[in-house]
Amino acid sequence: MKRFLPWIIGAVVIFGIYSYVKGINNTAVVYEQGIKEAWGNVQTSYQRRNDLIGNLVKTVQGAAEFEKSTLTAVIEARAKATAVTVDPTNITPEQLTQFNQAQSGVSSSLSRLLVSVERYPDLKANQNFLKLQDELASTENQILTARTRFNEAVKPYNNHIKVFPNSVFAGMFGFKEKPYFEAVAGAEKPVEVQF
Amino acid sequence: MIISKLNSSLYFKLLVCFFVTQLGFAQYTIPEKPTLATSVYDYANLLSSTEKLQLEEKLIKYSDSTTTQIVVITIESLKGEDVSQLATNWAQTWGIGQSKEDNGVIILVSKTDRKIAINPGYGLEDRLTAGIGGEIIRNIITPEFKAGSYYNGLDKGTDALIDVFKGKYKGERKQKAKEKGFPILPFIIIIVIILVLISKNKGGGGGGNSGNRGGFGPSLLDVIILSSLGRGGGGGFGGGSSGGGFGGGGFGGGFGGGGFSGGGSSGSW
Repeated sequence: MKRFLPWIIGAVVIFGIYSYVKGINNTAVVYEQGIKEAWGNVQTSYQRRNDLIGNLVKTVQGAAEFEKSTLTAVIEARAKATAVTVDPTNITPEQLTQFNQAQSGVSSSLSRLLVSVERYPDLKANQNFLKLQDELASTENQILTARTRFNEAVKPYNNHIKVFPNSVFAGMFGFKEKPYFEAVAGAEKPVEVQF
Repeated sequence: MIISKLNSSLYFKLLVCFFVTQLGFAQYTIPEKPTLATSVYDYANLLSSTEKLQLEEKLIKYSDSTTTQIVVITIESLKGEDVSQLATNWAQTWGIGQSKEDNGVIILVSKTDRKIAINPGYGLEDRLTAGIGGEIIRNIITPEFKAGSYYNGLDKGTDALIDVFKGKYKGERKQKAKEKGFPILPFIIIIVIILVLISKNKGGGGGGNSGNRGGFGPSLLDVIILSSLGRGGGGGFGGGSSGGGFGGGGFGGGFGGGGFSGGGSSGSW
């Protein structure tokens, strides 16, 4: 019996360490899934805005023949934004900044378009256009909400993997700190929609 | 003299600090989720008590038959917040709608900002698109608000919403609230029990006492006892004594924890 005692103690200790480390790993995985989901919502809301822009451009083009440059600016910014994709499992700060910049390009060109549209009373009375404006305002709010919730999902994950001794194991398993959405100049401001 | 000068400058600094922090944290704090979940929270007192009851009853009845919870909240001021953002956060914090269906709607009205937002939960976004919500605000609600009647605007607006959602969700009132819904029933039972007890007492030991007073005394006493007991009993049911006609008492099962994406429409008047 005495011969086995060290082995038994050793097995118990190893099992203890194993379950401890497993806990760290699994919690991080769960948090990571939350981030993925939150990121999905961010992308969906931006995607929705891009879809709406297509409709908006058509409506505006039909109703008002004005500066083509404003329209093309929106279309170009949109094309640029759709080209930037981010892998949710491996979000780096650089990727997020790039994404942020591309999307804020869309925001600013879109708000310029909506401001210039103010000069066209026909368009402002157009029910279809008013609905589009509603949809855009709604989507801006969805984007803001999705971004906030993304940050909220990132926070517990970062806290979890950065606390000692979790940080040691997190590094071993390849869990990296995830970046937060930060306000890029003009990106936080929703598109001005005047009624 | 020096001290007082120092003091005044200190006060000034404190005052400045106070205002700066006030500016920095200018935001509306959402009240805690109420224990009794109902359909109208008129914090800004835009509705008269009968108007509030009518609207409340209509929306609770609607929720009884569909599980869809439409909640109207009026506030004095947004305190610098965006009306749609605040509506989203509010609805999400309280969890309006059922958690599975996400079928809640929040209507937030800010009195001094003259702004309104209607935000549907995830489950109703396909019906109440921002465009439709915007039309309801523009064509139905704000004209009434401009004309001066908050009740007409909210009443017609919620009717329009109910029309939009027609046929999407069906449901029954949850059991838990059924008990809450009819405070009159336990009330009656208690009165009957008291009556029985009193009549038994009279029958058993009433020999010497009641003989003196004649026919009127005891019955008058009974009436007084009963009425005071009755009043006490009514208070015990959360003021249910006056709510005989109003079968509400809040949403069945409270707020179910519905989620909100932030989509919705807003407008001003």
